[in-house]
Amino acid sequence: MINKFVSSVSEALADTRDGATVMIGGFGTAGIPDELIAGLLAQGARDLTLVNNNAGNAEQGLAALLKAGRVRKIICSFPRQTDSYVFDGLYRSGQVELELVPQGNLAERIRAAGAGIGGFFTPTGYGTELAKHADGSLKETREIDGRMYVYEMPIHADLALIKAECGDRWGNLTYRKAARNFGPIMAMAARKTVATVHEQVALGELDPETVVTPGIFVQAVVKIDRVATQAGGIKA
Amino acid sequence: MSYTRRSKDELAARVAQDIPEGATVNLGIGQPTLVANHIPSSREVLLHSENGILGMGPAPAKGQEDYDLINAGKQPVTLLPGGAFFHHADSFAMMRGGHLDICVLGAFQVSATGDLANWHTGEPDAIPAVGGAMDLAIGAKQTWVMMDLLTKQGQSKLVQACSYPLTGIGCVKRVYTDLATLACTPQGLVVIDTVPGLTLEELSRLIGLPLKAA
Repeated sequence: MINKFVSSVSEALADTRDGATVMIGGFGTAGIPDELIAGLLAQGARDLTLVNNNAGNAEQGLAALLKAGRVRKIICSFPRQTDSYVFDGLYRSGQVELELVPQGNLAERIRAAGAGIGGFFTPTGYGTELAKHADGSLKETREIDGRMYVYEMPIHADLALIKAECGDRWGNLTYRKAARNFGPIMAMAARKTVATVHEQVALGELDPETVVTPGIFVQAVVKIDRVATQAGGIKA
Repeated sequence: MSYTRRSKDELAARVAQDIPEGATVNLGIGQPTLVANHIPSSREVLLHSENGILGMGPAPAKGQEDYDLINAGKQPVTLLPGGAFFHHADSFAMMRGGHLDICVLGAFQVSATGDLANWHTGEPDAIPAVGGAMDLAIGAKQTWVMMDLLTKQGQSKLVQACSYPLTGIGCVKRVYTDLATLACTPQGLVVIDTVPGLTLEELSRLIGLPLKAA
């Protein structure tokens, strides 16, 4: 019998290795898998490359991983926030590497990895500082039908940590409102995807017409009670 | 002759005036968000938010906030009947794929031919952050900028060539400012309107570039 539900976060993350590339879903207060990030901190893997839209707030979640010195590099679109002081300090003192990516290129590079695409030409960023490699050399460009495009590579990950709303034992997932954000594409791009859900349902209970992430993209599901979720659902 | 600057709300109303019935629009973080308040209720306009919302509604009543339903600026919003949610790759396909009619963005500088600089000051100690600005700037069918014409030091933010790092090349079609509305064209700036009492000569002197009347 296929059963992707695991009883704890620590069990789901036990095989995470040093040097892993870890995608973490979430945008603002929506879709951040808080329990899985806390689990990664407890698990102890270091020298991580994180892929996220931001670079952590205050001292929780991503910022806690950064503060604990567990992150070598972060790939994101918007690290600067009013309370991103942990990242800001590490970045300014050269203790964490930043790969800044326009948000749409970030999403499409993640999607490309999941879809088996070896890269793509995009108009986004053409002629800007972000059309350069880390060493300052220009990324490949091409003129297509009179418009200029930049070649961008897929981003693969060892692990994706995402927050969904509802799941069954085959790993089929639905999301809640704007908490969907990066979840579906990160699930596709990682060798192993761990999702949290607030509701565990029996096979057949999810309307197959409305499944957002088919279970093939999901390796482990952990049920988290809604009350225990800081950012999830409706905040009282 | 004397003239008065448009207030932030007057400027937002001026932008809203040009958004047609049926348009799909992305309003950038900050000042452009105000435009939503000035779209006449008789006009049906679909608002897009980069984090996966189409048909975004106004802010919820106090106590009704749902933190799974937020805009690009991370503020709680609502969803109109008919609205939809989708993942990030689809959301940015809506921009890059040319499906959005209009985006309205803030700017540090805009060049006469429509180059945009709005993501990074380029100062050595600044933490760079781009978000969806580059995707929006080149993706929407029309990119409009909304900003004060002059910096606090009195320098024009409309320039011959941007000195700040670029967000996109030749992507801005129109610039709405507190003193005038201008179109960016391959041949340079064209004046669409000015606030009452501001002459073309005075505007040209403030900007420091040649202007054409529409």
